[in-house]
Amino acid sequence: MMHSEMEAQAGPVQVRGTVLTVRRVDAYYAMTLVAPAIAARFRPGQFITLAVGGPDTSMMLSRAFSIHDVRPDHGGTVEFVFAVHGRGTRWLAERRARDVLDVTGPLGRPFPLPRDPASCLLIGGGYGSAPLFALADRLRERSCQVDFLLGAGSGDRVFGALTARRTGRTATITTEDGSLGSRGLVTDMLDQVIHEARTDVIYACGPMPMLRQVTALAGRYDIPVQAAVEEAMACGIGVCMTCVLPVIGSDGITRMSRSCVDGPVFRGEQVRWDDVGTIPFDAFGAPGWEPRSRRASQSVVNGGGSAAAAAGTGPGRGRTAPQRSDGRPGHGG
Amino acid sequence: MGVDLRTRLGHVELPNPILTASGCAGAGRELAQFMDVSKIGAIVTKSVMLAPRSGRPTPRMAETPSGMLNSIGLQGPGIDAFLQRDLPWLLSRGARAVVSIAGGTVAEYADLAGRLSEAAGVTAIEVNISCPNVEHRGQVFACDPAASGAVVEAVRSRARYDIPVFAKLSPDVTDIVGIAKACVSAGADGLSMINTLLGMVIDTATTRPQLAGLTGGLSGPAIRPVAVRCIWQVREALPNVPIIGMGGVRTGLDALELILAGASMVSVGTTIFHDPSACTRILRELEEELTGRGTERLADVVGLAHQARTIAGRPPGPGAAARRS
Repeated sequence: MMHSEMEAQAGPVQVRGTVLTVRRVDAYYAMTLVAPAIAARFRPGQFITLAVGGPDTSMMLSRAFSIHDVRPDHGGTVEFVFAVHGRGTRWLAERRARDVLDVTGPLGRPFPLPRDPASCLLIGGGYGSAPLFALADRLRERSCQVDFLLGAGSGDRVFGALTARRTGRTATITTEDGSLGSRGLVTDMLDQVIHEARTDVIYACGPMPMLRQVTALAGRYDIPVQAAVEEAMACGIGVCMTCVLPVIGSDGITRMSRSCVDGPVFRGEQVRWDDVGTIPFDAFGAPGWEPRSRRASQSVVNGGGSAAAAAGTGPGRGRTAPQRSDGRPGHGG
Repeated sequence: MGVDLRTRLGHVELPNPILTASGCAGAGRELAQFMDVSKIGAIVTKSVMLAPRSGRPTPRMAETPSGMLNSIGLQGPGIDAFLQRDLPWLLSRGARAVVSIAGGTVAEYADLAGRLSEAAGVTAIEVNISCPNVEHRGQVFACDPAASGAVVEAVRSRARYDIPVFAKLSPDVTDIVGIAKACVSAGADGLSMINTLLGMVIDTATTRPQLAGLTGGLSGPAIRPVAVRCIWQVREALPNVPIIGMGGVRTGLDALELILAGASMVSVGTTIFHDPSACTRILRELEEELTGRGTERLADVVGLAHQARTIAGRPPGPGAAARRS
């Protein structure tokens, strides 16, 4: 009873949030909403959804944004960062102070924090870096070292470069056009930063190809990655089944997991990055998929099928196994 | 003082007519964070199948003017997980459970009805017949009167006698009344309409279809006039068959429109995606709307659009006068 009450307390809420400010931040916009109930429940890595377009809107899908920061002023404010991509975000950019928005949050699984002080590397691509600064605050409260590695196409699209330089033990910036920091991708600098910072754990948020690369490179050093994915969502609360990607569970079975409620933060090596956008043939419920008991008996006959591979990827949570998805094509043959 | 909102799902009485639409509310658990799931008429679950199913690849969704396309492919954990986990949860919350079922063969539908009948607490079964018939070159059951009737007959015969069976009709047919009659002849206690319309979006930047599944089901306010037309036609032909109306409802007035066309219950779907507490809001708005018109009972306005008189003594509009003359 106590437990369920606590869960309810921690769950998301749907509220009317009043716009406090909308401001340009380089290539992006940052909006601050007064939403005390969401601010009170927030943990870094979580996100909000917003209804866009007003009561007679033709835009039926909510827009999801990771929370950049919460502050205690006005009872509790929530800030998020967005780029104008289409009609919905253009409408948002046109909001002004005192406008009221329908907002739901905080949603999703937050970044887990290390129990003991650790050297943490926070990697952000574009405005994917937005949730990393609140995370950095929490990490420092736990006596963790925080290093930043941020990148984008150009300098004006590296969100929070200044804050990273001011607050991080180190801050490495990369841009594809070389207009800020070193020219290239964050993954070009990853080896060097990991060595210099003696990284114990990586937190990453950004485009899928970046997350895939970061997970693969970190796997070489056995460094666990907590990756916040950016998958297209329709509802953000777990009912529409739009935002799924193949994720290996602690039981070794791949499921099409919802990034909005099972994520957006996943352990990097649990996501089958190469299979995103597909239904892997061995995913739970895939065409031709069979219940585990039957598969297990088959795998004995075959001398080691997917169930045997699954057994090796079980509850050994401390170890990273980035080769897991690479090993997959061997299943059944 | 309050409007009597009670309505009938077959012989089962519901406290009010607002339901969730299948596939837009999971099995109620997620929505319970934002509203009391026992306060609305019923939760209509996402379609349950016999076996677990992974669904289609992503992208699965595209926003369209006043609507969206979805191509989920009925992802779900299967009937065993539903009976173990979801149904008991719904009942523990005091919610009424209308269970949507989907299959690839008539036998699968029948087995699902049997499994649900063994469990306690199923309020009704909604049969999602908009599925490809694997025994008939993948033709969708809902597009053929005989196939629709065969599914409904099998479900009705296997479902416990006291569980109403509703058939959910597709608007993507030439003659929806023909399908409706076939379902009712086969034993359907009521009809749900409408399912999504098949649509497609091409991304002009990539020059490719936007959905991985190429086509998807169109839902949202864009299809509401289609829903109103289908409900109207079926109500006209089968005035005594209860109808669960759905299709782009986002306000209490929208719900009233479907009720006037002939629905005695209304499901809310796509609107939930931007307003997770939409069902309770729409219920409140509907009640206010009826109160404002001096309506005492919901039942008094079901199908009212088919009658010559108008609500609460409002003068007939010019259209009505023209029709009479």
